[in-house]
Amino acid sequence: MTRADAARERGVREQIDAIYRTESRVVLATLIRLLGDFDLAEEAVQDAFLAATDQWPGDGMPKNPRAWLISAGRFKAIDRLRRRARFDAALGELATRLDQEVPDPAELDREQIADDRLRLIFTCCHPALAPDAQVAMTMREVCGLTTEEIARAFLTSPPTIAQRIVRAKSKIRLAHIPYEVPEQADLPVRLEPVLRVVYLVFNEGYAASSGESLTRPDISGEAIRLGRLLAELLPEPETEGLLALMLLHESRRVARASSTGDLVLLPDQDRTLWDRGLIAEGLALAECALSAADVGPYAIQAAIAAVHAAASTAAATDWGRIVTLYDRLLVADPSPVVALNRSVAVTMRDGPVAGLRLVDALLAQGDLADYQLAHSVRADLLRRLGQATASRAAYERALELARSEPERRFLEKRIADLSEAELPSD
Amino acid sequence: MRYLCIVYADERAFDTMSEGDLADLDEASLANDEELRQSGHLILAQALQPVASATTVRVRNGRMSATDGPFAETTEQVGGFVFLEARDLNEAIQIAGRMPMAKVGSIEVRPELDLVKKVRDRHAASDLPRA
Repeated sequence: MTRADAARERGVREQIDAIYRTESRVVLATLIRLLGDFDLAEEAVQDAFLAATDQWPGDGMPKNPRAWLISAGRFKAIDRLRRRARFDAALGELATRLDQEVPDPAELDREQIADDRLRLIFTCCHPALAPDAQVAMTMREVCGLTTEEIARAFLTSPPTIAQRIVRAKSKIRLAHIPYEVPEQADLPVRLEPVLRVVYLVFNEGYAASSGESLTRPDISGEAIRLGRLLAELLPEPETEGLLALMLLHESRRVARASSTGDLVLLPDQDRTLWDRGLIAEGLALAECALSAADVGPYAIQAAIAAVHAAASTAAATDWGRIVTLYDRLLVADPSPVVALNRSVAVTMRDGPVAGLRLVDALLAQGDLADYQLAHSVRADLLRRLGQATASRAAYERALELARSEPERRFLEKRIADLSEAELPSD
Repeated sequence: MRYLCIVYADERAFDTMSEGDLADLDEASLANDEELRQSGHLILAQALQPVASATTVRVRNGRMSATDGPFAETTEQVGGFVFLEARDLNEAIQIAGRMPMAKVGSIEVRPELDLVKKVRDRHAASDLPRA
């Protein structure tokens, strides 16, 4: 082999690696439809890429690598079934049927490929699957993360994640959860868990619920990639709203942590650190989503994030507009956490007395008793009203509930500052 | 694909309903059964007497026992079932969601297990020559 040949082969191998990253999930989504089984399709994807590594360096790259891989995957799966048919006659029948009935993947057009990707997302987020299984399935099958990576993201063990995935796949098979995109009439109901899963993944990366570090950019990056895919395949106001919301949050990531890894709250952030590119993209999407006839909770939350993004300083924020948007959000998504956020906006507009009245009323209802942010918000209001003792008690309750180290350090510092202020000054 | 829709409800909920509401619920359930029969989905539908009328039978160590119960710790009891034919789980969920009892209690949707096929496959596999 000449040196030029060797260099060319190395080039092809690098191309295969790149194609694996961008195409393996696309190929999988189509193979699940063609083969009717998740595990068989997963094996077929691996077989197809092995075949590519074997053949492409010698034969050169095919004209359409995606069609080649889908086609190779289908042949390899039929092959596997034939070999297993020695032990299970039914698999031989299945192999024959697949061979005769499944159309040549080279005929697939872009629209079908896009539909397959949506089918995969909607199946992974089917409401008949357990919520934590929906998250694990989406990260594994749609994002292509390993069980180890998913376990690390959710601070649990790889066997736990693997078990959730096995159970979900078994339920899909046994209960005949269809591999399809919901009809237009069912879309609002079926889209809800999909968006919830994507936003949950984003939040796990953006506000790591526990552990040493404040954020995990790799995990929120995956969520944004998913959000982009959804907004592209399904340009509904809520998919665009969710993408806008994630981009606007992401734009503040660098400013959210100090050089020592501590949490920096929104009013104290250095706004020159905000990512203007993400903000511009998020603002355009948010505006589009909010102008839709039927505005949902993600579009409204994006609009709130957009008001912050548009303010040059914390003082210049249009709090009146934010309170109005929270009023709309409470109608679309009546939850105590939304009501708590609204009370913060009211504080900024009308002062701490008005805010404290709302927060106390919310805490009295009981739903937020174990919610850390409710207690730290209350502590902050009491501190600003000069009620140091009550404030410290509230910070201590928040500290009991805090799970991430930077959050704990933030609360400990506030408690220390209060104790200092309480010392007799004369 | 066949699914059994098991209807669960808190029997005490019926005590608080008016005679008129109970009558409406019964008639709506019968009408729903008839609709499913017309559309070809229904295999069998049956309401059941209250759980207080139930007897539980089990055989342990070769001895059969029949006891009163079950004494449900749970708040909801089985009140009836609908066995139906559906394209897939999505269609079965749609049908279950239209059952009048879904507004009062809850419907468990369970796919059938084809025991005959399972046994036949097991025999077929054991008859095959080993590699």
